[in-house]
Amino acid sequence: MTGVALGAAADAASGFAAALASGTATASALDVLTTRHAYVAFALLLCIGLYMMIANQNLVKKIIGLNLFQTAIFLLFITSAYVEGGAIPIVPEGAAETGTFVSPLPHVIVLTAIVVGVSLTAVGLALCIRIYDEYGTLRTDVLRELLRDEGSLPERPAVGGADGGEADE
Amino acid sequence: MSDVLLPVAIAVPLVAATLPLALGLKYERAGWPVAAVATTALAGLAAAIGIEVARGGALSHALGTYEPPIGIELVADELSVAVLALVAAVSLATLAFARVAGPRGNSFYSGYLLLVGGLTGLVLTGDLFNMFVFLEIVGISTYALIAADRSGASAYASLKYLVVGTVGASLYLLGVGYAFLATGTLNMLDMQAQIVQQASYADPLIRASYALIVAGLGLKIAVFPIHAWQPDAYQRAPDAVTTVVAALVSTASAYALIRVSYTVFTVDFLAANDAITTGMLIVAGASILAGSALAAMQSDLKRMFAYSSVAQFGMIVAAIALANETALLGGIVHLVGHGLLKFGLFLGIGLLALGYGARKLDDLASAARSAPYTSGAVALLGLGLVGIPPSIGFLGKWYIGVGAVESSMAGGDPAGIGIAVVIFVSTLFTLSYVARVIERFYFAGVGLSDGHGDDHDESGHGDGGGHDDADRGVAADGGRESVTDDDGDGPLTPVEGAPRSRLVPDRVPPASLAILVLAALTTVALGFGGYALFEWFDPYLTEVFA
Repeated sequence: MTGVALGAAADAASGFAAALASGTATASALDVLTTRHAYVAFALLLCIGLYMMIANQNLVKKIIGLNLFQTAIFLLFITSAYVEGGAIPIVPEGAAETGTFVSPLPHVIVLTAIVVGVSLTAVGLALCIRIYDEYGTLRTDVLRELLRDEGSLPERPAVGGADGGEADE
Repeated sequence: MSDVLLPVAIAVPLVAATLPLALGLKYERAGWPVAAVATTALAGLAAAIGIEVARGGALSHALGTYEPPIGIELVADELSVAVLALVAAVSLATLAFARVAGPRGNSFYSGYLLLVGGLTGLVLTGDLFNMFVFLEIVGISTYALIAADRSGASAYASLKYLVVGTVGASLYLLGVGYAFLATGTLNMLDMQAQIVQQASYADPLIRASYALIVAGLGLKIAVFPIHAWQPDAYQRAPDAVTTVVAALVSTASAYALIRVSYTVFTVDFLAANDAITTGMLIVAGASILAGSALAAMQSDLKRMFAYSSVAQFGMIVAAIALANETALLGGIVHLVGHGLLKFGLFLGIGLLALGYGARKLDDLASAARSAPYTSGAVALLGLGLVGIPPSIGFLGKWYIGVGAVESSMAGGDPAGIGIAVVIFVSTLFTLSYVARVIERFYFAGVGLSDGHGDDHDESGHGDGGGHDDADRGVAADGGRESVTDDDGDGPLTPVEGAPRSRLVPDRVPPASLAILVLAALTTVALGFGGYALFEWFDPYLTEVFA
């Protein structure tokens, strides 16, 4: 999964480099870092978020990882919508339609996605509170043990693993 | 004018979702009536949309009068109408069970209506980002509903689903973002044209976009390596929630995958990118085998059929990746048929748990004696899941298998034959676990009480096809009366206060039982209507494979 995301991010960056900065497509790694730092940050945030979700034992930190993951995607949309010298796309009546405008669509998408993300975080934290009330812990390893004692989980972990599965795709 | 039906169908459940909470301030039991009225209205609207589509082809509505490439478009064609009908029917039918089985409370019904509204929107939208929003509405309400019985185990299962499901939806959004960067549009039909005009099928951005969307929706559908959330979520959720979630939620995600693959990226894209389709076929094949094998190892009924869903959705993903007309028809038929079968199976399991407190396979010895109609219907649905001919389960699998062989014949690609073999092996596995259930229901424990009379009678019937299972239920019914009359310690004892009915010996709620039997008979009836299904989906398939 991480590999796909990384490769895809590189694709996005290079595709964009070719499309926007025509002629300078032969960018070295340093150039990518200095001129496309937002895309680098996007890929980094995505990977850090994913890693936190998989590797961290604490449920609340998993949710923080989830938020980082989503934030990375917001960053991608915002970065892609940036236009050098672009104006707000509001044209007063009678004014001449000159100059470049920024497409409002990516911003609207990010606004909506933020709302979705906040509601998800709320549901996730509510579930964390319930789990903590019931079992007195938020660590998945302890929790799995408790659930196994209780009989809510099968003795042997199922094939594929509970959290490792998504990393292998 | 009739295109107004589309936004109304989405708005009815979503607006009604606010009512149980608002009315709950004054009336304690406002939730169920509101949900019943709203889902009935939705069923009516779905029928009206279906009639319109049958008469005049696909319906399209521009939301807020902003014309499609810029505004959000709602579309109903033959494919979306089929899934919409499933959503409307299942959400209405589950309510009868939720009334007796709980979870109770107004907030449950608010969540339920939110889920139904999200599913309706997901099925009807013609815009990629709008689809993400509905995907998340479905997701959030599902997470809440799974944890609706307020136990710790269900909260943990739900949180696991939340994390995995959100990653899935986010990957989908990322894929949509890439496609948006490449084309500058979000409308599905417009993007189909723009991908050709502004990019190409070999463009890395477009390929990455499709790969991310498949990975994201794959997480939501629960195919093999990333299915781990699904059995826990199905098993821990309250029975009524499992019924609706198992029948609809993964189905809607698989619908989204079909829609995105064939309406946005098109068959030509799939044909031009062998690596992606081969990858999907491998994942699907692994999913079919692993799901069936894991299902055969389970002793908890809900968990068993949850793993079976992993296998069945593997078949649907395989049908999508095979990208030929027969296989896609099979995939769509199986999508709807599997939804109906799983609805019935989980409803039947839920009824047995409600009436007899039995959740494990071992608890259900001779269930056919105390609950002939319930177990008869479950057996009939189970045989449908195996793919015994007069059932919709057979049709879907058959078309997928034939499509797989066809694709191998046409292209010389061995993957198709592989999928056909895998489907065959999976059918044997399915038979093995369904046969265990039927064996428990009809033959186990016959030696315990003095039931030698029906023992002979039933083993005679047992070899017959799934067709006469309902009758078999009736036959076993007569034998059972005498058994309980004299000793009463039958292997399966009803829980205290289990509902009693004069018409049937089953100690389960009669309304839900009627729905269960109806669902079982519908799967058989639809199996006979194979040609009608083919006719119905033909315009869609011709358009896709034009």
